[in-house]
Amino acid sequence: MSDANPLLRFDYLVDQRAAIVAAVLEHLELTVATVALGLLLAALLAGVALRWRWLRPTISAGTAALYTIPSVALFALLVPSTGLSRSTALIPLVAYTLVVLVSAILDGFDQVPRPVEEAAEALGLTPRRRVLRVRIPLALPVIISGLRVATVTTVGLVTLAAIVGQGGLGRLILDGLRRAFWTPLTVGAVLSIVLALLLDAAFVLLERRLAPWAVRRTARP
Amino acid sequence: MSDASTPAVRLVDVRKTFPGAEGAAVERLSLDVPRGSVVALIGPSGCGKTTSLRMINRLIEPSAGRVEVEGRDTSTVDPIALRLGIGYVIQAVGLFPHRSIADNIAVVPRALGWDRARIASRVAELAELVGLEQDQLQRFPDELSGGQQQRVGVARALAADPPLLLMDEPFGAVDPVVRGRLQQELLALQARLHKTIVLVTHDLDEALLVADRVALLDRGGRLAQYAEPDRLLQEPAEPFVTEFLGADRSLRRLALREVGELSLRDGPVVTRGTDRATARAVLAREGGDWLGITDGVRFLGWVPAAGLAGEGPVPEDDLEAPAALVGPDDTLRAAMDRIMTARTAVAVVVEDGRFRGVVTLELIRRALAEPHTPSPQTPPSPEPSPEGSR
Repeated sequence: MSDANPLLRFDYLVDQRAAIVAAVLEHLELTVATVALGLLLAALLAGVALRWRWLRPTISAGTAALYTIPSVALFALLVPSTGLSRSTALIPLVAYTLVVLVSAILDGFDQVPRPVEEAAEALGLTPRRRVLRVRIPLALPVIISGLRVATVTTVGLVTLAAIVGQGGLGRLILDGLRRAFWTPLTVGAVLSIVLALLLDAAFVLLERRLAPWAVRRTARP
Repeated sequence: MSDASTPAVRLVDVRKTFPGAEGAAVERLSLDVPRGSVVALIGPSGCGKTTSLRMINRLIEPSAGRVEVEGRDTSTVDPIALRLGIGYVIQAVGLFPHRSIADNIAVVPRALGWDRARIASRVAELAELVGLEQDQLQRFPDELSGGQQQRVGVARALAADPPLLLMDEPFGAVDPVVRGRLQQELLALQARLHKTIVLVTHDLDEALLVADRVALLDRGGRLAQYAEPDRLLQEPAEPFVTEFLGADRSLRRLALREVGELSLRDGPVVTRGTDRATARAVLAREGGDWLGITDGVRFLGWVPAAGLAGEGPVPEDDLEAPAALVGPDDTLRAAMDRIMTARTAVAVVVEDGRFRGVVTLELIRRALAEPHTPSPQTPPSPEPSPEGSR
């Protein structure tokens, strides 16, 4: 490794700071879009699995099967139909979140204590109120754990979307690889890790805010 | 719509079969629960007691028959409206872990759309009623002890002041000491509120203690006997009942009665200063080796018969403190226990320091021979209770 190609060159950071910021924002955008769409879809699938219990094994197996498709292959597979577009990046990314999110939602609902559900019904809460005021809030800590895993995984996977011309920080990494120039690779990798950690921390704060009771419970010896 | 004579709950030929189950869970059960009374459903596991309870508020729909609450056929009432008007307490308490104690208590008033101020004052009132500290109201259920959680469960059930309360093994999840305390609290609460309470339990002592009437169910939901606790114990209707009640039926009956209900005797007791000849006569009439002495109000102690020879007032120098003391609130079982433990023949009854008489084993035995007239209870008031009647 020559001096001209160290792991990090500061002049690159200064020259390319606009591009770096843009890459971070794109990365964040793709991650948020992926997790948001994933959550929406997972909620639908979980809702179906809870409503029609016999579909549950099929849905679980289906989301797990999606997860086994190698991501690079899936990106490549989509290029002929959706081109080098954002959809090409989003479809696989969203698909990969489903296995974690669907099972998190189902597990979350499963672990709502039976007596609590029974009390809610017996006291005269409407089915709608029981879901909104009791089951969802009580499932929330488990769902948030699922979101944390899905988000951190997605931040990493987004870098692979660079091969279809998306991918935020992944583009810096790809650029570094192509040119055998380490600095963009280092910047891309480090910022991707930092982004993952920051988003994870954000969820911890979110959980504290939305489920203070669960935080207090785990905080006790 | 319903007058005072309409039973608060009436089951008419109610039957429940579950799909795939062999036989009926409940077989043609008919039962009237009088207004303002506590009825315990008890029986071995699989007797359908919980199923029967749940058919009252339509958590389970009967397969046949009719359930009436306050004279209305429940199948014609919207289940949500029905349940909002009935308090419910379950064994595992089932508090909402994500809500504060205050919010837990406020669940039904909120569902009924009460305004904030009314809810807040009702919550404070209920906390006081069931013995919760105001500073516990903002905690989460997990931060309270099992007994406290159960009190919250009762407060939650009472929140909208329903006339009817269903309790499914309400004290099953707490240790025996706390259970005993909660049972006493329920009795005290009931004495103030005069609710109609239907309670499921597998604990015979609990049923006998808290219930005005006990419905004993056999497997398959057949009603074996429905009677007051003392009647049940004294006149079991069939071998199953006898077997279920166990070998110590009479001892259990003793636990149902209080010393104050007996017509107490004065016994071998005289007032201080009585002359010895009179004392000897009293002792000869009453029997025994010891003579009790009072000062007209308090019981002073016992003197041995041997010390009564000769003339003059009864001596007071060798007074022995009574070994067995009871109060009018003690059960006959406790009185008997004290007599046995002290290895004496009589227990002295003292109320607020005043001598009331003596209890002997013979008196207790005779009390058991007669049927029990239930202790005077405040009759159920037709008016709504003062609590929360706004």
